[in-house]
Amino acid sequence: MKIRLTSQLILPMLGAACVLLAWTVVSATIAPDLPSPARTWQESRRYILEPFFKDGEMNQGIGRLAFYSLVRVGKGFVLALAIGTPIGFLLGLSRPFHQSFDPIVQFMRPISPLAWLPLGLVIFQKSEPAAIFTIALCAMWPTVINTAVGVRSISQEYLNVGRVLKLSRSRMLTRIIVPATLPYVFTGYRLSLGLAWLVIVASEMLTGTPGVGGFLWQEYNSLVYAHIILSVLTIGAIGFLLDRLMGLVEARVRVN
Amino acid sequence: MAYVEVRGLRKAYVTPRGRTPVLGGIDLSLDEGEFVAVVGYSGSGKTTLVSLLGGLIAPDGGDIRLDGVPVTGPGPERGIVYQHYSLLPWLSVRDNVALAVDAVNPGLSAAERRRITDEFIALVNLTPAAWKRPRELSGGMRQRVAVARGLAMRPKLLLMDEPFSALDALTRATLQDELLRIWGERRSTVILITNDVDEAILLADRIYPMTPGPDAVLGPAIEVGLPRPRQRRHMSLEPAYQKARRALVDFLRSSVSEREAATTEGGPRQMRPGSGTPGSPMEV
Repeated sequence: MKIRLTSQLILPMLGAACVLLAWTVVSATIAPDLPSPARTWQESRRYILEPFFKDGEMNQGIGRLAFYSLVRVGKGFVLALAIGTPIGFLLGLSRPFHQSFDPIVQFMRPISPLAWLPLGLVIFQKSEPAAIFTIALCAMWPTVINTAVGVRSISQEYLNVGRVLKLSRSRMLTRIIVPATLPYVFTGYRLSLGLAWLVIVASEMLTGTPGVGGFLWQEYNSLVYAHIILSVLTIGAIGFLLDRLMGLVEARVRVN
Repeated sequence: MAYVEVRGLRKAYVTPRGRTPVLGGIDLSLDEGEFVAVVGYSGSGKTTLVSLLGGLIAPDGGDIRLDGVPVTGPGPERGIVYQHYSLLPWLSVRDNVALAVDAVNPGLSAAERRRITDEFIALVNLTPAAWKRPRELSGGMRQRVAVARGLAMRPKLLLMDEPFSALDALTRATLQDELLRIWGERRSTVILITNDVDEAILLADRIYPMTPGPDAVLGPAIEVGLPRPRQRRHMSLEPAYQKARRALVDFLRSSVSEREAATTEGGPRQMRPGSGTPGSPMEV
């Protein structure tokens, strides 16, 4: 119990204290424009303590802003899964499909969200669908690739069970291929969610839509630097929580 | 023609480092309702033989006929029980068996298929564990599920690939006894692949010894003269048991020493079943 307390509470707090100290030192010496931790708290407390206040479109509690971002990420993420999962299965199952589309996947995967967003704006003419388009397009690749790898690494043992029973194509899929691939698919989902959350900031910054990323950019332009740090910390905390949440889901699927 | 007829079955694996001939012409035949064992050393190609009989891989030569029909691929008329169970871990015991029952009886009503599934789960005494997942079961229980699944397909031929070799000795004995009982009730046609001489004698009507690979072949069949129903107790005292065991062990021993002699001479491997000089008689 004592060891657990040390390793799970005291040591992580020690790490956080080191970072706070470094932040204080930097803001006091080489970067006088960077608000110190104390000043950041002073200027941000209302946003945190009343997370859902709304004074106007661009002045809202951090909880409300985070909620807008989460909804946008949720839409993009669901779209990414809806497109990415079937593509992953097709890549894993069909050799001709793999040969046709794997090069495209490898080509599109490393393209930055910053590059897709203007294209989204050209296609959709509005910032909201453009942001969702960008999130989906950037976030789907881990799902695509993990699903395809999962299908290809199904144990021959399981496939032989289906072959001996001469299962129909659909039963082979629902009873053997999909359940055997599921742990890989969910690992892909977790990575995709992480990417979707990464992309949200960039897309909100560029489109100026209300949300944590949009707020961050607006406050930079208004010279309220403490709120940049508030936004950064919020983004980090939510990203961490999302990853933990998907990790739990993933663990449930893995225990077969 | 026999019910199961295997003639000149050959298989080699081609790897970047060359060609490994595994089976060098397997001949084997079974009548309907017969229990036959193939006994050989580990690595002699027994699993390759099962995969060929199951139609999971294609032979390089020779043919297999079951009930007069050539085997060209896998099919539910040849059930397979694997050494490592091959249960689907995301399905319960019941669903693992039901998958097989549903697949081979598309014409039956759902109620009838459920009845068959329950019947075979009960046959291996797993009714209380029917809703458990394989990971919640011991090795012995998992293999029971695999046996139930194999039997529930009501195959013309049941192939068992070292079904009990991953189990501890006590569990193995229990499952052997159960298989003996179940076979006594149902008289399926079974080919059991094993490396356990006593298991083969306890269970089989006839035993084919297998020479060590590469180019493994089967020796002449050894009839097990033990009457049925058989009991494990006192079996080892029966003259029929001792006779079968001696014949089997002698063949396996001499095939190994010949193989070693052939390898050290570097000459061609010419051993054929039955042509070997008998090794020294082995005391039982």
